[in-house]
Amino acid sequence: MGTDWTWLGPEIIDSIKETLYMVSVSFLFAVLIGIPLGVILVITRENGILPNRIIFSILNIVINIFRSIPFIILIVAIIPFTRLIVGTAIGTTAAIVPLVIFTAPYIGRLVENSLLEVDQGVIELAQAMGATTWQIIWKFLLPEALGSIILALTIAFIGLVGASAMAGAVGAGGLGDLAITYGYQQFKPLVMLITVVLLVVFVQLIQSLGNVLAKKIRRH
Amino acid sequence: MIIFQDVRKVYGKDKTKKVEALKGINLEVKKGEIFGVIGFSGAGKSTLIRCVNLLERPTSGKVLVNGIDLQSLPKRKLREERKKIGMIFQQFNLLHAKTVFANVAMPLVLQGKPKDEIKKKVMELLRFVGLEDKAHQYPEQLSGGQKQRVGIARALATDPHILLCDEATSALDPDTTRSILRLLKRVRDELGITILMITHEMNVIRDICDKVAVIDGGVIVEQGSVLDVFTDPQTPIAKNFVRTVLNDELPDSVKRLIAEKRDDQEHHIYRLLFKGDATNDPLLSTVAKKFPIDLSVYNGMVTEIQGSPFGNLIVGFNGPKETVDEAIRYIQSQNVTVKEVE
Repeated sequence: MGTDWTWLGPEIIDSIKETLYMVSVSFLFAVLIGIPLGVILVITRENGILPNRIIFSILNIVINIFRSIPFIILIVAIIPFTRLIVGTAIGTTAAIVPLVIFTAPYIGRLVENSLLEVDQGVIELAQAMGATTWQIIWKFLLPEALGSIILALTIAFIGLVGASAMAGAVGAGGLGDLAITYGYQQFKPLVMLITVVLLVVFVQLIQSLGNVLAKKIRRH
Repeated sequence: MIIFQDVRKVYGKDKTKKVEALKGINLEVKKGEIFGVIGFSGAGKSTLIRCVNLLERPTSGKVLVNGIDLQSLPKRKLREERKKIGMIFQQFNLLHAKTVFANVAMPLVLQGKPKDEIKKKVMELLRFVGLEDKAHQYPEQLSGGQKQRVGIARALATDPHILLCDEATSALDPDTTRSILRLLKRVRDELGITILMITHEMNVIRDICDKVAVIDGGVIVEQGSVLDVFTDPQTPIAKNFVRTVLNDELPDSVKRLIAEKRDDQEHHIYRLLFKGDATNDPLLSTVAKKFPIDLSVYNGMVTEIQGSPFGNLIVGFNGPKETVDEAIRYIQSQNVTVKEVE
């Protein structure tokens, strides 16, 4: 039995679109949540610029909890929440909610690490200059860590691509779903191969882009 | 300009882990002075300098900067006052992701100054430190000395009254150290900025400081004018530091000679210390003419401290005890310190 390309072609295009939609929208939200999380983790820690044991401990534990739940379980576990946010628990848009909740804490941790790499001397300098907490974050911490943050976000993005494949479980579609439905369940190895190649190329592109950007920004 | 009143700093809360970094520091830096604090690492000097702009808060005691007790100020006022205190660091602490220009401009950007004003000021500062051609380079493209020049330009951007130097030359080679010290001297001479520096290098103190305090174990063990401490250090640790730049240790051959002469009643060996103008006078030949004794110089060295010469001679006086004593009294009357050779 040959593969019917007239039918499969548009299906692949649709899957690519779905994957891009899911991944980019969830990435955007995950970054918007994750970077502040990372910043808060760094400034509220014991020797940070705004130490606050309570905020730090709560955030630390919550992030650990979310980070330890396998994605496939997270999808199911937060169905009521997903329904509350987007009105449905099924489909591409519905998959974005668990993807964000899965990725944001991860980005928080990665950004925390990047910010901790910033030389303590730079913070000292900022304080000696009379910078406000807000200025220290925007003018010193984030710009000095930017190269490292970009690399961290690249890692998170690639993880997100992987997770989005699992989102097929809630009927989210996308390339991962295509590979499972046609490649595995209907035994069409060629479809499997195409999707895998597409994913590999996609990931390579993202990583290269991340590397180039980080190199441009990093000056040391 | 800067006054420390019984400043103590204790790290750690547990009794077992308590470390007393400063144990009651009292010192005063006068306006326009270059004041050096020297000590080994762990002596408390970096805590001391950080108590001035409150990067570290003293556990007790007061630090007055220009008459103001910064500890009593609310956060906002403290930030304002900090802008009047420039600081440079051993590791320069430049922002790697920003150009030289942007680094120097940073304090002005934080203050929200208009762009053209910032540009004018930054270029003026870069000219002052001799880096106007490097404005658009990044810190990674600079040598250590150039990085510290950027640090100095940046510290001067807010027109501070005080410049704090935290081991500013410790990461630099001797030649670069000298050029940075010359620049710091210009900062004081041309801009009238008071400088407080901490260092473990006695040559830094010798080359540009007016006053020096020796810190050990969180205590100032000795302080005074650089010339006095160099020519007549009181404590063993000060003596050690002085010895690192003025080697007054006698060579073995001279020591042997002195030991041989020790029993000779007619031969007396003294160490003569000349400061300032006394170095220029033909003192020894005057003595030889004035008194019926013979002189022999065993060892000698003349160096410069704070731009004024300092001589250290080991001289043998050959003659009857009374005549020698008379000669010594004459020498002492000429502002020369005479010491027994140990």
